[in-house]
Amino acid sequence: MLGWIDTILQGVLLGGLYALFAMGQSLMFGVMRLTNTAHGDFIILAAFGAFSLSLAFGLPPAAAPWLAMGLLLPIAFGAGYGLQRVLLNHTLGRDPLPSLVVTFGLAIVIQNLLQETYSADPRSIESGGLNTASVALGGGLAVGTLPLLIFLVAVGMAIGMQMLFDRTPIGRAFRAVSDDKDAAELMGLDHRHVYALATGIAFLLVAVAGTLHGMKTTVSPADGPALLLYAFEAVIIGGMGSFYGTLAGGIILGVTQAVGFRFDPGWGIWFGHIVFLMMLVVRPSGLFPKTR
Amino acid sequence: MTTHAVSDAGFDVSRATRASRIGGVFALVLIAFLATFPFWADAGWMREFNEMACYLIFAMMWNLLAGYGGMVSIGQQAFLGLGGYALLVMGNFFGVNPFLAVPIAALLTMLVALPVSQLAFRLQGGYFAIGTWVISEVFRLSIANVSAVGGGSGTSLTALRGIEKATRQSITFWLCLAGAVASVALVYWFLRSRQGLALLAIRDSEVAAESQGVNVHATKLGVYLVAAFGAGLAGALYFLGNLRISPDAAFTVNWTAFGIFIVVIGGIGTIEGPIIGVILFYLLNKFFSDYGTWYLVGLGLLAIVVTVRFPRGLWGWMSRRFDLHFFPVQRRLVLHEPDKDTSHD
Repeated sequence: MLGWIDTILQGVLLGGLYALFAMGQSLMFGVMRLTNTAHGDFIILAAFGAFSLSLAFGLPPAAAPWLAMGLLLPIAFGAGYGLQRVLLNHTLGRDPLPSLVVTFGLAIVIQNLLQETYSADPRSIESGGLNTASVALGGGLAVGTLPLLIFLVAVGMAIGMQMLFDRTPIGRAFRAVSDDKDAAELMGLDHRHVYALATGIAFLLVAVAGTLHGMKTTVSPADGPALLLYAFEAVIIGGMGSFYGTLAGGIILGVTQAVGFRFDPGWGIWFGHIVFLMMLVVRPSGLFPKTR
Repeated sequence: MTTHAVSDAGFDVSRATRASRIGGVFALVLIAFLATFPFWADAGWMREFNEMACYLIFAMMWNLLAGYGGMVSIGQQAFLGLGGYALLVMGNFFGVNPFLAVPIAALLTMLVALPVSQLAFRLQGGYFAIGTWVISEVFRLSIANVSAVGGGSGTSLTALRGIEKATRQSITFWLCLAGAVASVALVYWFLRSRQGLALLAIRDSEVAAESQGVNVHATKLGVYLVAAFGAGLAGALYFLGNLRISPDAAFTVNWTAFGIFIVVIGGIGTIEGPIIGVILFYLLNKFFSDYGTWYLVGLGLLAIVVTVRFPRGLWGWMSRRFDLHFFPVQRRLVLHEPDKDTSHD
């Protein structure tokens, strides 16, 4: 019994990481219907970026990853804003094909450049023992400090993003261009700028997710597509347009995978996919849909 | 080839072009020439041809699905892999002649696509693309867990053991050639048919097509099933030539990545496009694949540049520049000269 509680608890924490992967994608889906097939690869790119930055200044390992994350944030925002403005804005339209092909091309470019730079060996960001520390919960249960931290960050991000979306001027601009780009344009919004801001913010989330992912486990250049699929599943299970939904979707996916792995290590990921497909059958709009 | 729709009304509806008549004759000569390969050509050439034929079939079907049907899938490798495994299971476990098993494998794949479509069609646009990818991952993980077909490390096609090497190579080559020709012919015929016209209408506007009495759902389902059949055929042919299959090789997303590359570079939404794309892909592969990761970076960048700058691809640019149509699917109005007699043939 304790074993099962432990499994579910680990699954919930894993789900926090998946929700973190998913929120950037959820934002881009929501604001401009852009399916970024390179999303997972950008997370891996961020993890490798943080890996290099954390080694660059000779800081103690307990501080280095946090400094790396701090340095990565403005770079990520700028990269996201620029990418949207220079490239992705030109691929949007009624036809989903151009944006899919361009982001798919980006995914291949990122994977192979990472492979060329870092080789195919898995790497991990040294965090001074944080990744092995744990917190005892009593009753024989314990959770890893880092996974717990990641989960709390994910919850904080979900609340923060939902508030940004619902209550701030920039959130209002996001909702406006999402509802009707042309009407928003008439009200004085430059949709190209708003789209680029959304991608910039999505890339902030990607930078945080990538750094934490790289601290928690090892990453290698070919890992991106798997992360993309988990992120996508979390978004669809949770329902479009709701960040709390995305958080719930990530947790459901994480718990399912953890239970699946406990059942048989060969089938953990498979169970996650099956729950996603069952969701499509039972409730295609997700658990907490807000927009369509 | 010219059909006289309303001959006495002063115009004809022409479905052929000069290029299509000359091209048709040239294509027949080329096919006849290729068919003699097994009698004199090097086995290495035949292997290369087989591989490119499989890419052509796969790309042709992806083009039908995405370029004409508007269903951009990143999961067509699901059907390619299933075609390969269907061939393996029939040949190794049920003693079906492996050559005969090729078309049956494609048919079985199409049967599987029917329930799969029920899931995939719940998603649209970009979500459809990634959803189909998830479905293909489910097939990969499922088969990797079946030890009877070798699990994750795969297995060999032992059904071909008793067949002499030269015979095997010749028949495999002819099947690949026939498959490639048939896939082009099938798409061409389909697009010229009533259903093809309906599909083009759907591509331009689903709502407008529906209001004109086109059954949108049935047409899309039909295209999805035909595309699955073609991908299954490509998979069965590929692994018939390869003799060995594993889940990672059969269900890798690279299949769709290369298919997209071929179609986009050649010209999406044209029949000539994938043919030109596969020739270009072959040449790039031959001369640059030694550069490994840099080669793939180059392919990715090329796909991005072409999509943004030349969205109609190489063939789209050429056909517009020179008004060339080797596979005309449109109907052209030809007005009669007023002073000339309108009698034909």
